[in-house]
Amino acid sequence: MIDEESGYRGKAEEFLQAFKKGAEFTHDLLRENERLRYRVLELENSGAGTLSGSGGDQSQALLNRIKELEQEKQDILDRIRKVEDENEDFANRYIEIESENNNLANLYIASYQLHSTLDFKEVLQIIMEIVINLIGAEEFALLLLDEKTGDLRAVACEGLDRDDIPPIMLGSGLIGQTLQSGESYFAENIETYSRDLLSPMVCVPLKIKEHVIGVLAIYKLLIQKEEFAQVDYELFTLLAGHAATAIFGARLYSDSERRLSTIQGFIDLLTK
Amino acid sequence: MADFNILIVEDSPTMRQLISFALKRIRGVRIVEAGDGVDGLKKVSAEKFDLIFTDINMPVMDGLKLISLVREDATHKGVPIVVITTEGAQEDRQRALALGANDYITKPIQPNRILEVAKQLLKIV
Repeated sequence: MIDEESGYRGKAEEFLQAFKKGAEFTHDLLRENERLRYRVLELENSGAGTLSGSGGDQSQALLNRIKELEQEKQDILDRIRKVEDENEDFANRYIEIESENNNLANLYIASYQLHSTLDFKEVLQIIMEIVINLIGAEEFALLLLDEKTGDLRAVACEGLDRDDIPPIMLGSGLIGQTLQSGESYFAENIETYSRDLLSPMVCVPLKIKEHVIGVLAIYKLLIQKEEFAQVDYELFTLLAGHAATAIFGARLYSDSERRLSTIQGFIDLLTK
Repeated sequence: MADFNILIVEDSPTMRQLISFALKRIRGVRIVEAGDGVDGLKKVSAEKFDLIFTDINMPVMDGLKLISLVREDATHKGVPIVVITTEGAQEDRQRALALGANDYITKPIQPNRILEVAKQLLKIV
């Protein structure tokens, strides 16, 4: 009985000791918990301080740099756009210059050919070639003023019979009026024009200064030639002056050749 | 020695000068001129050409006859031929192309058109 009682007491003390140790352990845990919470609070406070301090300056610097780069990018894009506009402008100017170059080539060759000979027939042939090949006319006539009769007579024709074109008096019809006024005439609508030998679609006076020596009359264009281009008007202007001087020069030369031949004949007769 | 040998067969001196003027913009080009089909054929027989420009309406022998004779010639049948003519009708074009012309240009001409066709046939970039 006594042994049983002392056994119970021993066990109770053991339990009490274990309970005390558990209480102490719990107390330590609570203390540690309190310490850690304090530490967490400390760290949180220090973290917030770091973000609003030197890290904030860096962010601002980066934002400023981004802004600068954005501005640079915009400047570069503006410059690219400007260069593209300039390129387009250069391309358009190149096309214009090419076209001008072509026109000048036509005018140069026409002028060169007109003054390449003093033979009257060759000059007429060259005028015909220019009107066919460079202007694109299919039917036309070249009329020259007959100084003796005072009327215009066809000296060369293409696509027409020369005998079908009657002599034209000064001031008579479109051709005669062109001879009188010295002004070129162009029909308003080439497409609706129907051939009339006395009313061509184009009349160009051949002039040496203000003196008209003939008229170029065009009645029909080549099938593929739908309208006159700017270069055609320039060719007409060139023909008006250069063809006239070429014809005049060739006539003078053939006259002088003929007279020289006559004089030479007389000299030969006298000296024999 | 020239890089490109080109023959112009055309009875009009004005046209020959205009075509020649346009083609001289090609570097290393040598141009030979003929006044009609027979003269052109003689020149084709005498040397090798890289390209031929020919008119249709010419005295002695026309351009269509010249094309057919060149195409029958075993030595020269491969040479590209370009027709330059006043004949603008579709049937004229078809006839020239059927005979073996490589291109067909109608007058009045612009020098840049001749240059463009020549560069294309000579395969100049």
